[in-house]
Amino acid sequence: MERVAIVGASMTRFGQRDAWVRELLAEAGEAALSDAGIVGDDLDHLYVSNMASGEFEGQTGVPNALAHDLAATPAYTARIDQTSSSGGAGVYAAWQSVASGASDLTMLVGGEKMTHRSTAEATDVIASLTHPVEYKHGVTLPSFAGLTARLYLDEYDAPRESLGKVAVKNHANGVDNPHAQFRKEVDLETVLESPVVADPLRLYDFCPITDGSAALVFCPESVAEEYAPDGEYAVISGIGGATDTHVVHERADPTTMGGVVDSSAIAYEMAGIAPDDVDVAELHDMFTILEFLQSEDLGFFEKGEGWKAVEEGVTDRDGELPINTSGGLKSKGHPLGASGVAQVYEIYKQVTGDAGPRQVEADTGLACNVGGFGNCVTTAILEGSQ
Amino acid sequence: MSDTNADDDTHEEPTDEARDEPTFEAAEYADGSVSYPPHPVGPNGAERVGSVDLREHEARVVTWTTSMATPPGVRAPNTLAIVEFEMGEEYDGPPVRALGQVAADPDGNAFDVVIGDHVEPVYADELREPGAGIREPASQAWDGFRFRPVE
Repeated sequence: MERVAIVGASMTRFGQRDAWVRELLAEAGEAALSDAGIVGDDLDHLYVSNMASGEFEGQTGVPNALAHDLAATPAYTARIDQTSSSGGAGVYAAWQSVASGASDLTMLVGGEKMTHRSTAEATDVIASLTHPVEYKHGVTLPSFAGLTARLYLDEYDAPRESLGKVAVKNHANGVDNPHAQFRKEVDLETVLESPVVADPLRLYDFCPITDGSAALVFCPESVAEEYAPDGEYAVISGIGGATDTHVVHERADPTTMGGVVDSSAIAYEMAGIAPDDVDVAELHDMFTILEFLQSEDLGFFEKGEGWKAVEEGVTDRDGELPINTSGGLKSKGHPLGASGVAQVYEIYKQVTGDAGPRQVEADTGLACNVGGFGNCVTTAILEGSQ
Repeated sequence: MSDTNADDDTHEEPTDEARDEPTFEAAEYADGSVSYPPHPVGPNGAERVGSVDLREHEARVVTWTTSMATPPGVRAPNTLAIVEFEMGEEYDGPPVRALGQVAADPDGNAFDVVIGDHVEPVYADELREPGAGIREPASQAWDGFRFRPVE
């Protein structure tokens, strides 16, 4: 099996954008092609990670539209939908296409246009992933977060303030990300006094609704220097995908995300590393509680101890294990199909030494992209080439 | 944000009509495990062999939240709980749980619940306004069971 390299990357500004999904995808795609020094016609495969362009704006068939807009025909195209983890699933599909030998050059573009919808409408589009017995009760992804946060705080005797500190940390990181939706620090008091959304969680415990796009270019490692003559490329040394139950209440332990445990076990084994070997991580902090759950289920911290790591500054940018140097979904924004791609973009920048003011010392980085409330998960491990 | 048309009248005593309400159907599988909702195959791959009516079981609150930002057609605020049913000492399968709305008191406010509270299921013929949200109204049922504290 070929080792797969990432030789080009881009992302648009995340936030409220005038552009629609086709334009957002083209903006990121064109920039990634340029970053890799190629044109659309060079691509064998072109994937689009997108959850709901049909539901949000009535535009389906986006991979074909993008192939035409970037003059990438006759590249093979496909849309990858795995709800909020569509981006991670797209990374998996792109990796698979090159590792299998089916493609010598693949581009993945993830994107979503959401902000033209009201919060209630956007929340309902996302909640449509739930089982009918959940949906009829009006459950939303934020309410799953509230249910889980209350149980976590109760079971592990964690203070409410520890969740707020995740928001404070990730907002501080986002200040140095020119692509982030919010480049503004928040203090703990502001977080803890913001309006209740799904108690015990408040407004600043949640990521915003976002428009945006991100893109990556993949090729066999054996030819990576053709596209990155300076040697600045990253290798996907491990990747794994897994699912958990569709119905959230059927999980043995509601504070454990089985898909994170299982997908990361596959990725660690493939990479031949342990959690301790990870230098930097991008986690799916759609809600602050998810950063605790993932940091534990990835094996970074013991179960029930993730909150202590945040309290002690271990996950700060200058800590032992920086988490969400990009600002995370919390500050950077969460354009569903783009988020998993943008997570890998950040890790790519970190392990190639190109993260600017966000740069940390990192040879090995991990991105964990979560769909639903842990329903589908992809974990990717990247290593720098140098 | 719109409120549901569903009347939150689950505090009332059951009527004759309510006694004919649908069952709170969970599935029983060949290995003895029970799941809600029912699936074609059990959690360990065992075939389905029957049904269990969860109305016959009390439950405890595992966790709860009150959602203030609700989607179209859902009451606001919407207090939800995950509950775990007491299946009896002989049951040794995985926990049997359900997620549902917390029923309302006579003033129309959701009962207060805390982790560990005993609750019982009470039927409501419409939990959320069909057609107000994105899901096709005919694609699923909209009635079901809320949870009320047991005094």
